[in-house]
Amino acid sequence: MNRVLAREQLSNDVFLMRVEAPLIAQARQPGQFILLSIDQDYGERIPLTIADADTEEGSITLIFQRVGATTRQLAQLAPGDSIAALVGPLGLPTHIENFGHVVCVGGGIGVAPLHPIIQGLKAAGNRLTIIVGARNRDLIILEDRMRALADNLIICTDDGSAGRKALVTEPLRELCESPDRPDLAVAIGPPIMMKFCSETTRPFAVKTLVSLNTIMVDGTGMCGGCRVTVGGQTKFVCVDGPEFDGHLVDFDGMMKRLQAYRPQEKDALDRWHQDHTCRLTSQENT
Amino acid sequence: MSYQSPVLLAEEARTLRAQLAQRSDELKRKDRVALPMQEMPAQPPEVRRGNTSEVALGYCEDQARVEAERCLACKKKPCVDGCPVGIDIPAFITAISQGEYQLAVGIIKQTSLLPAICGRVCPQETQCQATCTVGTILKDPEQSVAIGRLERFVADWERENGEVALPAVKPDTGRKVAVIGSGPAGLVVAADVRREGHAVTVFEAFHKFGGVMLYGIPEFRLPKAIVAREIDTLRQMGVQLVPNFVVGRTRTLHQLLNEDGYDAIFVGTGAGLPKFMHIEGEDLIGVFSANEYLTRANLMRAYEKGKAATPIVSSRRVAVLGGGNVAMDAARTALRLGAEEVHLVYRRTEKEMPARVEEVAHAREEGVNFHLLQNVTRILGDETGRTTSVECLRYELGEPDASGRRRPVPIEGSEFNMPVDTVIVAIGNTSNPLIKQTTPELETTRWGTLVADENGLTTMPRVFAGGDIVLGAATVILAMGQGRKAAAAINQLLAQ
Repeated sequence: MNRVLAREQLSNDVFLMRVEAPLIAQARQPGQFILLSIDQDYGERIPLTIADADTEEGSITLIFQRVGATTRQLAQLAPGDSIAALVGPLGLPTHIENFGHVVCVGGGIGVAPLHPIIQGLKAAGNRLTIIVGARNRDLIILEDRMRALADNLIICTDDGSAGRKALVTEPLRELCESPDRPDLAVAIGPPIMMKFCSETTRPFAVKTLVSLNTIMVDGTGMCGGCRVTVGGQTKFVCVDGPEFDGHLVDFDGMMKRLQAYRPQEKDALDRWHQDHTCRLTSQENT
Repeated sequence: MSYQSPVLLAEEARTLRAQLAQRSDELKRKDRVALPMQEMPAQPPEVRRGNTSEVALGYCEDQARVEAERCLACKKKPCVDGCPVGIDIPAFITAISQGEYQLAVGIIKQTSLLPAICGRVCPQETQCQATCTVGTILKDPEQSVAIGRLERFVADWERENGEVALPAVKPDTGRKVAVIGSGPAGLVVAADVRREGHAVTVFEAFHKFGGVMLYGIPEFRLPKAIVAREIDTLRQMGVQLVPNFVVGRTRTLHQLLNEDGYDAIFVGTGAGLPKFMHIEGEDLIGVFSANEYLTRANLMRAYEKGKAATPIVSSRRVAVLGGGNVAMDAARTALRLGAEEVHLVYRRTEKEMPARVEEVAHAREEGVNFHLLQNVTRILGDETGRTTSVECLRYELGEPDASGRRRPVPIEGSEFNMPVDTVIVAIGNTSNPLIKQTTPELETTRWGTLVADENGLTTMPRVFAGGDIVLGAATVILAMGQGRKAAAAINQLLAQ
């Protein structure tokens, strides 16, 4: 169960894993996510978006960034290893139809959850402008896939090491101002990027979907930890989302809540580093 | 009820039992009524608030024998009417008084599958013990025969001393039933349907089985080993248990019925999204639903700091909003996680609290501060979004409302501030939306619970439901009662 079939390092901290999960591969739709845990007794449940699936192989593709203790441990799994618990697909699927011209903005690792949505939009006959942003050239992922799916691909980096030296909001604004104004925008990336993309499209009344990744425990509509204010109402990302109208999301409130466990997360990471260093040292000694 | 040491309770019971044994004549009604109710031995409050071991230690044999003698075995049997599953209570208590513990367990198990669990978590004082003749004679329902403690005694006795008899399973019928959710309702359905020889698969969304008995009710009230034991029994009966499987998402009800060959389905997915107060500040850091707080602590074992990867806040001053069992569980969990002060804020008086009397008493003994006739009106935080205090409003009892209870009325201008860093909201749940989202033909009430008839049949053929998904937030025993009925209906359907 949940065997890792392949593992690939996409950049310094970003990994791609193909995991055996035939039922999830069959059931998943664009926009949905899974929860996984790497220890049956003491593991934490973390949400990850499904980047791709292969029903013939019975696998799903996960792309994740090594940030905390759990993602670090996950990154260490090799083909043949198993993930202790994997559940999904969760969340409401993306509403897909032929909108006309859709602009898809992916920031950093946000390109991964965007990928199946882009595939779906493409299959529905939409014309796609894809904006990919990253801090630098090394952090751009899935560039070839994006190029293959896009009618127009725009790459931006903060330092200009690839594409335009710009934030993703610049080409997005230009696009909204142009005669070729998009009928829909989909923006997935860090909360601050999604916030500013939503602010960019708001004056042009271009509907903007964002995909939120809040703190979750059960992910099945029970704990309420993932709550976020949307249009003045309390919504639950796990069962009402993960996609919401970016013009209605209270991003500032959400970003504050994402800081809730910073001290504990730092402790966990310190512990991980300590264990890791100890193990390395003891290996060196033998 | 003040705390008494287990040693003392055991000594008193031993003396009393010896006296009873010396009597040559049969005990008269008034002798029985005069026997003192046996208190539940418990860990000392100052000790237990620092550990997660079970608080109530269970009767010793002497206590059980004395308590059993208090039962009049009256003809009216009001206790049986008060039990949601109709256990023959006088019969099992009589068996205890004769030292026939195995027989006693057998009598309970004819109607209730999980006595070790129900003996611990049932609200007996509002059910079987509410109308007990002994309590009526003594004009104090709290002096009723301690039926729940006796139930727990024999269930524990069986687990520790005897072979737990595996329920007999009839030969395979070739029919298949899916049970969704492994909480109290689902487990009962799984057992009852499997006994008829049908194949049963239990699908659970979490990585562990037991539902609310695992994620919600804390270890100190219901040890997880007891739940695990019941799950094992099901496994030995041949029930298939599948974790990490969200019906409605991993597979839909339609797929289970039409593609995977299930002949019937029982939906026992339990309570869902927590209710919030909808007051200012509820999104601040440090504000949790009781569901989240308890799930982190119980299922994800966040109380084992350094081992568990799931973090939990380090709280110093905690406010718990609500007066039910979940509120008590959250308050007592907070103490065990190291909170210096825990304040429970409830809008009405203690009389109206839905929590079990024993849990309220235990919480008090452990040092939870009760703020009755008060309500939190807003939650205040600092510039980083962290909770710093709650604003409370005082209430007084006004005129009786339609239910005859005196309605709490806010006292104007009585607002005051209570500094806290954590707020736990324990005011109930709505129902789980997952199955409904992918099964449009399942009708729901305006509270989001599934519509089901008295046998648990939903608006979709061959699909039954029970427990909190139908009842809203209820109790373990009511869920089991519904599971019983639904299982009978499923067995009847499959016999056709």
